Amino acid sequence: MTVSELIEKAGFKAATLPEPDKEITGVYIGDLLSWVMGRANSGDVWITIMSNMNILAVASLADTACILVAEDVELSQDLLTTAKQKNINVLLTELGAYEAAVKISKLI
Amino acid sequence: MNRYYYDLHIHSCLSPCGDDESTPDSIAGMGELNGLDVMALTDHNTTKNCPAFFAAAKRHNIIPVAGMELTTAEEIHIVCLFPTLDSALSFDSFVDSRRIKIQNRTDIFGNQYIMDENDKIIGTDDNLLSNATTISLDEVPDAVKNHGGICYPAHVDREANGIISVLGFFPKTPVFPTIEVHDENKREDLALLCKKDIKKVVTSSDAHYLWDINEKTQFFDLDCKKEDVARCLIEYLGGVSG
Repeated sequence: MTVSELIEKAGFKAATLPEPDKEITGVYIGDLLSWVMGRANSGDVWITIMSNMNILAVASLADTACILVAEDVELSQDLLTTAKQKNINVLLTELGAYEAAVKISKLI
Repeated sequence: MNRYYYDLHIHSCLSPCGDDESTPDSIAGMGELNGLDVMALTDHNTTKNCPAFFAAAKRHNIIPVAGMELTTAEEIHIVCLFPTLDSALSFDSFVDSRRIKIQNRTDIFGNQYIMDENDKIIGTDDNLLSNATTISLDEVPDAVKNHGGICYPAHVDREANGIISVLGFFPKTPVFPTIEVHDENKREDLALLCKKDIKKVVTSSDAHYLWDINEKTQFFDLDCKKEDVARCLIEYLGGVSG
């Protein structure tokens, strides 16, 4: 399943979607960036509540399919502009991490 | 009493986010131009550019302090300062054994150059330096003290990696006698927020570029001679004197 298909089926919001066709292969949940860096896998939907600029570097390093920011955490325009430049998909949902992961699990 | 103008939080080209132009010699040179007396080099989780910085500082008439900005397991940044170069280097070995090794991607995070006193690159650190170590916040003060140093939370007024933003409050323990506040105008508010145990508030630059380094604005009045300043400063910030 691609990121754009996930958005459509799960009802997540696309905050910025420079790479809509990226393939999703799994999910990783975590907020401690150093931990995510070493453990998220390529192709994961990374669910987090962190919203600072550093999440983009972590997503690049881990080559995740997208960042899914849970609980409707507000994102800055700076972050979204940079995400677009760096080709990183950022999605938003009002769901908590657990509910979002369960939803994705039923779809992939 | 003698007045010493300082900047105690400076990154060199060894920190991934530090500018490649921030070489040990250029940092000391910039401090001299700005009229500083005391400067601490505090790269992320390493002191390996401190030997070069000490040699450069001597040429530029700067009193050097060997330091490190440690990232705790919780991703809180702590400034650690040591009375001698040797004590800092021995703390460096301890931290090395507690780092989480993730290969650095220079295209994402930047270069990590180790330099000699003439700004010649003599090595690189191939693992990312800025990420969390396995050293917890509670462990830090004793670990630093075991190596003769002192430590305090960095930029407590900042969102990224500040102790208050990470934990949501200023913890009762471990006890820190000093805090670093980035924005000078917030010093009084934050000293109150961080409770009565705080005795000193430091404002350093956290410079990642040469032009970030403090101007001649922040100072300590210390009753000691120039050759003893590093030791006196560490006692002062550690809550022993003053």
